[in-house]
Amino acid sequence: MRKLDLLFAILLMLCIWQALVLITGAPHFILPSPWRVAKSAYFNRVLIGENALVTITEILLGLLLGTLFGVATALQLTLSKTAERLMLPILVFTQAVPVFALAPLLTLWFGYGMGSKVVMAVLIIYFPVTSAFHDGLTRIDRGYLDLAKTMGGRQLQILRHIRIPAALPALGSGLKLAAVYAPIGAVIGEWVGASKGLGYLMLLANGRVKTDLMFACLITLACLTVILHSLVGMLAKRLSNYAEGVER
Amino acid sequence: MSPSPEIMFKGCFFIENKQLFDASFVMPAGQWTCLLGPSGVGKSTILRLLLGLKTGGHFKGEISTSDGQSIAGQISYMAQSDLLLPWLSVVENLMVGASLRGDTHDEERAMMLLDRVGLSDHGHKKPAALSGGMRQRAALARTLMEDRPIVLLDEPFSALDAGTRADMQELSAELLTGKTVLLVTHDPAEASRVADQILVMNKTGMVVWPAPELPAIRAVDAPETLLCQSKLLAHLRALAA
Ligand SMILES: Nc1ncnc2c1ncn2[C@@H]1O[C@H](COP(=O)(O)OP(=O)(O)OP(=O)(O)O)[C@@H](O)[C@H]1O
Ligand SMILES: [Mg+2]
Repeated sequence: MRKLDLLFAILLMLCIWQALVLITGAPHFILPSPWRVAKSAYFNRVLIGENALVTITEILLGLLLGTLFGVATALQLTLSKTAERLMLPILVFTQAVPVFALAPLLTLWFGYGMGSKVVMAVLIIYFPVTSAFHDGLTRIDRGYLDLAKTMGGRQLQILRHIRIPAALPALGSGLKLAAVYAPIGAVIGEWVGASKGLGYLMLLANGRVKTDLMFACLITLACLTVILHSLVGMLAKRLSNYAEGVER
Repeated sequence: MSPSPEIMFKGCFFIENKQLFDASFVMPAGQWTCLLGPSGVGKSTILRLLLGLKTGGHFKGEISTSDGQSIAGQISYMAQSDLLLPWLSVVENLMVGASLRGDTHDEERAMMLLDRVGLSDHGHKKPAALSGGMRQRAALARTLMEDRPIVLLDEPFSALDAGTRADMQELSAELLTGKTVLLVTHDPAEASRVADQILVMNKTGMVVWPAPELPAIRAVDAPETLLCQSKLLAHLRALAA
């Protein structure tokens, strides 16, 4: 049923697209038809695949490291009131700096290769993951903490046995946000300066007025993001099922 | 385990500068005290004060023990809601105290208690898969698991069917023999069965109600139990009117 819906949605989009091409009569270097894009995607499949692989690696590394840093920070903030008081304002302040504006600087510091893109993705997801997980760790049913206190629980054990499991659904929502942001970070990093990756290929295609290739890259990127988002969504669902103690 | 102390409570409790109650009572060492009173009068609040937990108001008074030691650390508490951790199985919930203190688990005792509260077939299940009454029995077992000299129970049997309730009263009486127990309940029959001392609380203060002469725990159908129950009920109704 769901799959059928998806198929119809895709077909509908293709129809609208084709209709737009026919109605506006735009030349193919402005708006290529779906068929042209499909042909271009097929002829350039190796090129697109190689570059997509680079972008995927950047996204996954960014997600992994950003999540690790975010989780570690949130735990640190929860364990130490001093850290919370000092770091929370700093964290919020740094969020006021648009990360995209840092992209040229990151390229300067971390080079043309994958490094600067991974850092970009890490920076962009660090805050959502940290704040979502920290929220979950602190906004917890008072009753559980009261119980733990009367049982003479130790802070680290309370964190391990109560706070972290209770915060897993919140972490899940943070990860879902991260899955949307990470590809944006990686691609913007590639736009600013790269010799590989989907973002780089898109700029290249654009420059050479190969609009059909540009579209093929765009669609590939969109598909990657959707797949990533649904995988992370499944993980988030598992986390919240675990925390609620219900079988899938 | 140290012997159970006597506990003295005396003081006023205020919410936003309005007095909620002015209460003074003694929980005799090693005995069961039952606390009754209309909803919202401050029974759960008294438990929280004894436990040293945060309340929504301000307490002016004194809570002390006969052995001079602080209550914290020798107390075990069953809250009005079961507070089972949803991600742990029932057995793991029973042993959560040890987990939180970093102690070793006493699985044997957990299985024994689980059996005694009639949940031996449900130990591996998550709380979400239990009924309300089963959850309450699991929470009771967790409280008994702690084995502390002072035990505070906030309406521990409210969700149980009459038969199971009588069983659980007997089980608790058996396992909590010699401990200083404070049981909050709305049920005059329960108080008449298990109490060594009955306290009735209302806005104006706290009254000691005569408990039956028979030693606790009493038979459900003992004439003394039934008489105490009906008189207590009449008193509570008069209070509510
Ligand atoms: N966190 C809080 N903040 C403000 N007021 C509170 C808070 N908790 C309880 N109260 C108030 O304190 C009063 C006593 O509450 P408490 O839970 O002790 O009542 P209770 O006697 O246990 O009632 P019940 O029999 O319904 O459980 C109530 O009027 C309630 O509105
Ligand atoms: Mg209450």
